[in-house]
Amino acid sequence: MPSIERRAIAPYLFFLPALLLFLAFSVYPFYLLTHTSLFEWDGISPAKTFIGLSNYWNVLAHDRVFWTSFSQAGTITLLALVLQNALALLLAIAVNRRLAGGTLYRTVFFLPPILSEIVVGLIWFWIYDGNFGILNEALSHLGLARFARAWLADPNTALTAVAIIHMWKGFGWGFVIFLAGLQTIPEQLYEAARVDGASAWLRFRHITLPLLVPVCVVVSILTILGTMQIFALIIATTGGGPGYHTEVPITRIFHSMLGTSRFGYACAQGIVFGLILLVFSLAQMRFQRRVS
Amino acid sequence: MTGGTVIALQRLRQQAAQWAWHVVCLPVAASCLFPLAWMVSSSLKTQQTVFTDFSLIPAVPHVENYARAWIQGRFGIYFLNSLGYTVLVVAGVVACSALAAYAFSRFTFRGSGFFYKLLLSTMLIPIPGAFVALYILLNQLGLIDQGSGQWLPRLGYILPQINGGLPFAIFILKPFFDGIPKELEESAEVDGCGVLGVFWHIMLPLARPALGVVALLTSLAAWNEFLLAYLVFSRHELMPLQRGLLAFHGAHLTEYPLLMAGMVISIVPIVAIYLVMQRTIIQGITAGAVKG
Repeated sequence: MPSIERRAIAPYLFFLPALLLFLAFSVYPFYLLTHTSLFEWDGISPAKTFIGLSNYWNVLAHDRVFWTSFSQAGTITLLALVLQNALALLLAIAVNRRLAGGTLYRTVFFLPPILSEIVVGLIWFWIYDGNFGILNEALSHLGLARFARAWLADPNTALTAVAIIHMWKGFGWGFVIFLAGLQTIPEQLYEAARVDGASAWLRFRHITLPLLVPVCVVVSILTILGTMQIFALIIATTGGGPGYHTEVPITRIFHSMLGTSRFGYACAQGIVFGLILLVFSLAQMRFQRRVS
Repeated sequence: MTGGTVIALQRLRQQAAQWAWHVVCLPVAASCLFPLAWMVSSSLKTQQTVFTDFSLIPAVPHVENYARAWIQGRFGIYFLNSLGYTVLVVAGVVACSALAAYAFSRFTFRGSGFFYKLLLSTMLIPIPGAFVALYILLNQLGLIDQGSGQWLPRLGYILPQINGGLPFAIFILKPFFDGIPKELEESAEVDGCGVLGVFWHIMLPLARPALGVVALLTSLAAWNEFLLAYLVFSRHELMPLQRGLLAFHGAHLTEYPLLMAGMVISIVPIVAIYLVMQRTIIQGITAGAVKG
């Protein structure tokens, strides 16, 4: 009965392409990552030296630059969590009120998120340029020339300047998610509250905010995971400089791997960093389950 | 107060509120558009005027910058590379994810549930060091650009991206297949259609809207991909746009008009697709975030 045989094998054939790719490019690299983290290896020579957990110990106890980079990514993340998401929520509330031109606003706000980090980084590199940038030019027109500086090369401003680019690129993305969340809140709730004489603030405080908590949690966790792993934007603007002032974990892992050829160490850095992010991810899932 | 004045007052208040929201939204919208306008403006200036002429609309637009960027700046090569990579990644993701999502929806057997959960968990569990292991693997397979041969590095750039796109694509497609009634397939099988025939002639056409979402979002991600291109390519003739932009920026630090022309070239296709398909794109992205 060939047809029955064919039916029994067919399902497996449907899975096969996805399964093979997944095994080759997700599962096997995961094994490689954990395995290599236990060795000292330059990435080229056939000989690897097994050193147990030494790489991990060095990351945790001796790698001050790595933890500096971690806290710098944390600074950008905090700024994004507070400023970027507050702006995103405010704009979503505005557009959700059937504001004239609301769709036009949506189109414009979501424009930066569809651009690549490289393009965004290079535009802003030009805007921030110390000698010829439009920002300094604008400041001198406003009589504020003494504030002009090479924004991305000055240790005092580089990290904030990068954070501003990142938030500029990201807020529109939080905006569309908040807007989608707001649109799921039934209009009748507001009608009823209005009939009862609740003010705009009370309606926001007691209807909008509570119903938006799950969406806020999702936006927050995606902001954290996305911002902590910031990379291309750094490469396109500062490369981690000046000094180490805009280094982030991913640039450090890159440096360990291709800068100093310490592949085992790069893997250990990646795993330590991944485990920290995992804690955030799990905490969010727990929190979300408790809320809903 | 007569009823008429009360209504008039209410309308006045509503109009004032509208204006207040515009005061919030307009500057933000302007800040989204200005850097892009500045990029286009700079791309039309000359190497001499770009540092001194701060007008947004240059008196003499130097459109020939685009031809120079396309040929001397190698952006023509980068553009065609990006186009090829994006088409192949999208084709690969759509094909593999449609097959797998259909199988997850219709054929269950030991291990399929586990595979499904594992696949989706890769969307929630961050593995920031994965690129180190991916580099080691691609190196072992000879898929890193070492200066000779072009198809292996190109393959090394495409395959991991197909794998990377699968979880989200399957996450979008499986519920869609779940929603298609089984009776359709049963009657087709009675008519003598094989499993593949049912999939090809009935399921795929019905799933076209969901496949469109997958193709759109995958093409945006592939067009903007940077990290893998940074790992894999060292020769200009193989680089996609994002990598090429960075290479150009590194080699010609202050040639802003050509760089900006290259950036405009690089964003024209995605901005065009975005403006035409923005509803679908935004719905796809918010569906992923709100459901996930």
